[in-house]
Amino acid sequence: MSINLGNTLKTFHQGGIHPDDAKLSADAAIKPLPTPKIVTIPIAQHIGKPAKILVQRGDMVKAGQIIATHEGFVSANIHSSVCGKVGVIDEMMDSTGFKHTAITVRVKGDDWAEEIDLSKDLNRSINDSAKEIVEKIMAAGVVGMGGAAFPSHVKLSVPEGKQVDHLLINGVECEPFLTADHRLMLERPEEILVGTQILMRALGVKKAVICIEDNKHDAIDLMSSKLEDYEGISVQGLQVKYPQGGEKQLIQAVLDREVPSGGLPVDVGAIVHNVGTTYAVYQAVQKNKPLVERVVTVTGRSLETPSNFLVRIGTPVVNLIAEAGGLPEQAGKVVSGGPMMGKAIADLNVPIAKATSGILIIDEEESKREQEYNCLHCGKCVEVCPIGLEPYYLMLLAKNHKTSETSQEHILDCMECGSCSWVCPSNRPILDYIRLGKSEVKKTQTA
Amino acid sequence: MNETVISTILILTSLGIVAAIILYLVSKRFYVKEDPRIAEVEEALPATNCGGCGQPGCRAFAEALVKASDLSELHCPVGGNEVMKEVADILGLEAVEKDPYIAVVRCSGSFEHRKKTNIYDGSASCTIAAELYSGDTGCAYGCLGLGECEDVCDFDAIHINPITGLPVVIEDKCTACNACVTACPKDIIELWPVGRKSQRIYVACINEDKGGTARKSCSVACSGCSKCMEECGYDAISISNNLASIDFEKCKLCAKCVGVCDAQSIIADNIPIARLEKLEAKRQREAEKKKLEAQKAKEAAKAAKA
Repeated sequence: MSINLGNTLKTFHQGGIHPDDAKLSADAAIKPLPTPKIVTIPIAQHIGKPAKILVQRGDMVKAGQIIATHEGFVSANIHSSVCGKVGVIDEMMDSTGFKHTAITVRVKGDDWAEEIDLSKDLNRSINDSAKEIVEKIMAAGVVGMGGAAFPSHVKLSVPEGKQVDHLLINGVECEPFLTADHRLMLERPEEILVGTQILMRALGVKKAVICIEDNKHDAIDLMSSKLEDYEGISVQGLQVKYPQGGEKQLIQAVLDREVPSGGLPVDVGAIVHNVGTTYAVYQAVQKNKPLVERVVTVTGRSLETPSNFLVRIGTPVVNLIAEAGGLPEQAGKVVSGGPMMGKAIADLNVPIAKATSGILIIDEEESKREQEYNCLHCGKCVEVCPIGLEPYYLMLLAKNHKTSETSQEHILDCMECGSCSWVCPSNRPILDYIRLGKSEVKKTQTA
Repeated sequence: MNETVISTILILTSLGIVAAIILYLVSKRFYVKEDPRIAEVEEALPATNCGGCGQPGCRAFAEALVKASDLSELHCPVGGNEVMKEVADILGLEAVEKDPYIAVVRCSGSFEHRKKTNIYDGSASCTIAAELYSGDTGCAYGCLGLGECEDVCDFDAIHINPITGLPVVIEDKCTACNACVTACPKDIIELWPVGRKSQRIYVACINEDKGGTARKSCSVACSGCSKCMEECGYDAISISNNLASIDFEKCKLCAKCVGVCDAQSIIADNIPIARLEKLEAKRQREAEKKKLEAQKAKEAAKAAKA
């Protein structure tokens, strides 16, 4: 057993920024949010193909019952998060800002599907084989809960010829304001550790590292103190730096390996899973409970009570805000996700999805974009880019629709962390144009 | 001293002569014979380099024209038939007459008709906004009003009207170069034939939502009610995906469809108002007549009962 603590804090080498971490809700215990009257469950909450709908309007469904099945391998099952009657199935606005097909369920009672074990007892004995674990995770519709929503069973199916030697559990939560993963580590440490063991068995790896940033001392201490019963798992403290929660940055920080351009973590023998995902894996394998609820941070400087809620998937955002004290008068933007990579939502009735880690309310004053000036060529964006790109140049190229040049400059390696826009002294919307360039490159690739 | 000056002059002169001979030989050996007609054709073209013909510029278009064996596929929208006639004369080919085209904006959801549901404060580029979300109104299809069409127009022919928030095409300036059509991420702008006396009738809406949803977000949205289709005597209107569209090849510009549209989403460009009023009056007369007939029939039925 190895515990790396204190004096051996690691971090990634290239770029990165230090925004004010403003973890206002760090001390707020996870509180179950009252079940809403109606939930809206989008069938595309993951990367890959949308799920195929299995229910019809008027059907009665139980909480945890499957309502849409994965189509193809890179897709995920969708389960009803409540017990009730299926209502309208139509195109509805979701937190992506676009309309997608969603299933509404009108809540009636709170019956759960029979096979689900609702007890809170910790179940440490893992009886399933690697294959059974992956199957269970696939059936439970578990996806990456850190934000990308990549189906977890795909990540666990290591391609032939690739070797994995390390599993990293991502408890970094480098986005300012968000505390959902932090609270989960404090309140369900053993479940996360069992989940880690399950993932280790599924991947056949001997070593797992739980990675936590130094602004979560309590979580580092608590997790480290529980390690005795779990072989092969260690805790690694990390310096506070954004975007350390990015897969590639985390691998660089902890294992000092660099994922090649266009490559995946598996290319360097590592797999990264978020702590939220690990908890969902525990629930799926040990309790047969599909992914129907998640911890969501609701926060903001002018919000009355920044909180962490256990929320049923499909709950409207407005319910969470109401429970946290209501929308403050000076609110300017409501963001789904963190302040760096989150996305402003255009309608407060959009549902919480599997990958919604937080709802952030930004004051009017703070939310405004500032006057844009010419590029000074100061090179700050190049300095902070964690990938080692030249953001100012990419912006210039993208603005002039130089698609082949942006592609040559590795624009697709950009993870859209927003460090360049954050640091720019001329307030240039660098990331906006990089996104534009990326979409143009992707268009030419598919065409 | 003298010797140095003389030797310098001699050496440099001989160097110059040698270099000149080499250059002369090389230029003879590698001479590229260019068709003189390319320059001639280029001279005839409008030199706007707008790319409306599909080529990267007027020079490239001139090359393509000289290479071509017939001109039916090649057309300069800016110069139009006049310039193409000139080019055909130079090349000794037959000019193919093409109808002049113009850009039309298929959205009429002005501020007044389409209420804003949120405010966008990101980069003033329609493409970026369209990547981010479906728009600042309830309509996911309509104009975003950030003026990318205006930015790309080389001819100052399209402008965002600050009162309506929608682009307006200036007919005399538009050359149908297609720049705004490709720039618009919502595909609202289309090229239409200018039409007889510049008259055009088109559905200024591309919303494919169901009628109720569309109308809820925009009061001038086409709901696909098919009233216009029933009215049209030339089979020029079709409904698909909850949206009416007019086939300009079949449309005879009778303008009967304009008045029947409850949402007023059919736009009649340059059609005399007197004609529209006449049609409206006729429609009202017919409606009254029908009403009267219905009343009479009712009374007759009553009388029969009694």
